[in-house]
Amino acid sequence: MERFSHFRFAFRQTIPIMLGFLFLGTAFGLMLSDAGYHFLWAFLISMVVYAGSMQFVMVTLFTAGAGLLYTAMMTLFINGRHIFYGLSLVEKFKIMGKSYPYMVFSLTDETYSLLCRTKVPEKLSEKKIMLYMSMLNHSYWVIGSVFGGLAGQLINFDTNGIEFSMTALFIAIVIEQWHEKGNRLSILAGGISSVIFLVLLGADHFIMPSLFFTVGFRLLMKKFDLKGVKFD
Amino acid sequence: MIDITNTIGIIAVVTLCTIILRAAPFIVFGSRKTVPAQIAYLGKVLPPAIMVTLVFYCLRNIDFLSVHGWLAEIIASVLVVILHLWKKNILLTVAVSTIAYMLMIQLNVFGSFM
Repeated sequence: MERFSHFRFAFRQTIPIMLGFLFLGTAFGLMLSDAGYHFLWAFLISMVVYAGSMQFVMVTLFTAGAGLLYTAMMTLFINGRHIFYGLSLVEKFKIMGKSYPYMVFSLTDETYSLLCRTKVPEKLSEKKIMLYMSMLNHSYWVIGSVFGGLAGQLINFDTNGIEFSMTALFIAIVIEQWHEKGNRLSILAGGISSVIFLVLLGADHFIMPSLFFTVGFRLLMKKFDLKGVKFD
Repeated sequence: MIDITNTIGIIAVVTLCTIILRAAPFIVFGSRKTVPAQIAYLGKVLPPAIMVTLVFYCLRNIDFLSVHGWLAEIIASVLVVILHLWKKNILLTVAVSTIAYMLMIQLNVFGSFM
């Protein structure tokens, strides 16, 4: 009974991500099957790689017959942002015990945002809720990918534009964070530096410099925060 | 048709690099009893900044040189903002705006502009 209430709470929190992951996972499975891959490849990749946008890029790497060094560079660029996720969760994950390695492995964009924003009720165990949420998200992604891979082998479905679900999810999260106290300076800093580096460096290289700039800016601002200056 | 060796190589490299990236901060700071104040502070203030950066990451390929390069993205994004301020339901926001976006680009709604 107790386990069930934990699971139910975790499941409710993950519903928006379930939709996004089933959508995007399906899109990935379809793309991979379009490239000539059996659906079991989609299953394998979504199990062990489990990184949304990188998996879409991987399909293009497969078809281009990309080299391993180039692959490594692409991964570092596209997934480099994950370094910053851990920074916010080092403290929080200390309670995770045996599931600690899995929590680190499964830290995708969406799981990260969920772990950061979920407020666990006091009577429930935060450790269980966090683990269940991470595992549920992973399973949605795998199920979506396999479904897409299978569907791609069986029917023709136009998935063009399905990738917008990821954009919509992130915009909605930013709106929610905008309404929470103390976030606005961070949102403005991240937004403005994104625009600047996007214009300066272009679509393929802006994300890491932009994140480094934001980190530097926030560390600088820490002094002012500690003096009690309010920005929101 | 499929180069199995190269496929497995790519999967292995991407998996390894991604795990290293995700684990790096935990390996560097995880064994300390208390996380340095600077890092704890970043952990509090970075999430909103990263999230907005990801929005721009998703929209990075917008091209303002032709109507096809941006109009559908902008309309769908505005729809996200309106829906979410109005209904405050992530599921509804994501579903409606994604379907709207797919319809706009698949039916080539803006074809007559060109």
